[in-house]
Amino acid sequence: MSDVILETRGLTKHYGGVHALEGADFTLSRGEHVAIMGDNGAGKSTFVRQITGVEQRTRGEIIFDGKPVHFGGPLEAREAGIETVFQTLALADDLDVPDNLFLGRERTKWDWLGPFRVLDYKAMREATLAGLEKTAVKIPNIRNTIRNMSGGQRQCVAIARTATFHSKLTIMDEPTAALGVQETAQVENIIRNLKEAGEPLILISHNMRQVMDLVDRIVVFRRGRIVANLKKEETDGQDVVAYITGAKTQAEYEGAA
Amino acid sequence: MADTAHGIGGLKYDPKKRAKPPELNVFFALVLIVVTFEVLGWLIYGQSFLFNTRDNVDAIFNWARINIIILQVSIIGIIALGVTQVIISGGIDLSSGSIVGATAMIVMSFAQTAMVNGNPNPKAIFGEWAMDLPVLVPILVGLVCGLIAGMINGLLIAYTKIPPFIATLGMMVSARGLSKWWSNGNPISFPTESFAAIGKGMMPVAIFVALAILFHLVLKFTVYGKHTYAIGSNEDAARMSGIKVARHKVLVYSIAGTLAAVAAIVLSSKNLTAQAGMGVMYELDAIAMTVIGGVSLAGGRGSIIGTVLGALIFGVIISGFTFLRLDAYYQEMVKGAIIVGAVVLDQWRQGRAQLRS
Repeated sequence: MSDVILETRGLTKHYGGVHALEGADFTLSRGEHVAIMGDNGAGKSTFVRQITGVEQRTRGEIIFDGKPVHFGGPLEAREAGIETVFQTLALADDLDVPDNLFLGRERTKWDWLGPFRVLDYKAMREATLAGLEKTAVKIPNIRNTIRNMSGGQRQCVAIARTATFHSKLTIMDEPTAALGVQETAQVENIIRNLKEAGEPLILISHNMRQVMDLVDRIVVFRRGRIVANLKKEETDGQDVVAYITGAKTQAEYEGAA
Repeated sequence: MADTAHGIGGLKYDPKKRAKPPELNVFFALVLIVVTFEVLGWLIYGQSFLFNTRDNVDAIFNWARINIIILQVSIIGIIALGVTQVIISGGIDLSSGSIVGATAMIVMSFAQTAMVNGNPNPKAIFGEWAMDLPVLVPILVGLVCGLIAGMINGLLIAYTKIPPFIATLGMMVSARGLSKWWSNGNPISFPTESFAAIGKGMMPVAIFVALAILFHLVLKFTVYGKHTYAIGSNEDAARMSGIKVARHKVLVYSIAGTLAAVAAIVLSSKNLTAQAGMGVMYELDAIAMTVIGGVSLAGGRGSIIGTVLGALIFGVIISGFTFLRLDAYYQEMVKGAIIVGAVVLDQWRQGRAQLRS
């Protein structure tokens, strides 16, 4: 088993004439937490959408867990072990916590009934409780519908999927963008728990303090290209901002920008 | 696992404060309406609405009236079971009444008997070969008709992405045309005895109740049900979670079409005849029952229990108006107001829920 969980080689995505992502070479080791930063439209979310199979890439290779992969859709990526917390929360408001955690991959009995196979509510509730304990998520009542929850609780539910399904890689797209101070702290705690558990993470964030607090390495995107790959110990906030705005570009990416 | 007073992560909550099922409100509305008619009955005519007041009958309730209430809503109620699922999935079905009409015509053509009182059937559509067929034939033909009509609705909505309103409006007009063309506008009558038995007496009620129980279980306890709610609640989330949304929608509309066909079979059997104008406006009555029963037109919320209660409210109101000897015209006017009122109430509830969160 190699040390690298995810690698992309020359990953490229064009929307018609728009080169949203151009030749991205990226590696992520097991247990490593990496932040992706960059301005709006720099290609961060596009990069994630190619990896998670939400969109199909124009060119390039994705090697996940030692094997080249072609995900036809987000469910395939999820089944392979990539769990994503999307910017727009992919939660159904009228369902409760276990329902949302298991949406699209319910535990069932009597599978011969096809689409009418019976839900195993008990197993799903128990797995939900275990997953929430593991991430130390605080939700008063898992039978509550998402509609009746605060923004932070919703985000926690979205993140708790990761823990419930023992994913190999977690991707979070601005998980705290819409949250208050306390709720942000709760989400950050979950991220620390993932780190302790040795689960790798890609974190897209605009929050410099959060990034400096949480991750090992920062990859900067600008205009669809990777322009810097910075170890946290060797950089600081100002340095990162210089890369984001285009004041600096690392030598090995010079030709790209 | 039993609910505990302690939530995850040490947060506490009061299990007693858990949200009441929304069907409870619908039930209270039903009780309130019944009480209103009861009071009005005593005030205006000195008669009871639901209780037995005749000395020569030994019963607490006026069963004759209760039976009529249930019987008259059960056929449209069967349609409403399908409409409920469509609306929960975030759609709408305007075609069910026309599907009832078209299916009834086709079904009756295969349910005719050869001899009526010793004479050849005067309303015969096909030749000898279609006479006195086993009852299973018209039933199967009918179910397949409804299934196909519903499937066309579903395929249009899922794969051309046109709004359900438009797709089912098209089916509403076309299916009505088909039912008129089928026999050049003539009624088709004189079914076999075994076919006539389907809608006899309280059979429509039994069929309605059985189907209501079946689909209550299906919506509550199966993957199909869960995905129906999920799609109505947040279609993008459902898609991102890997639910095959298009395929699921085809299934939902197919089931709704098939249930409309069941209603057509029961109705034509009960009436012993099929006419091109059968089921006109049934789609709106079915939608009304559904909405009165607390199913949200925005999708994602509601239940079969709610719809059954909504159907009962519907029946009580019609029956109550007749009891108070008000014109049928008033009934329709008030029916319209009730439908609008139910939607306003739903919007208002939703608004309040948004404020709380």
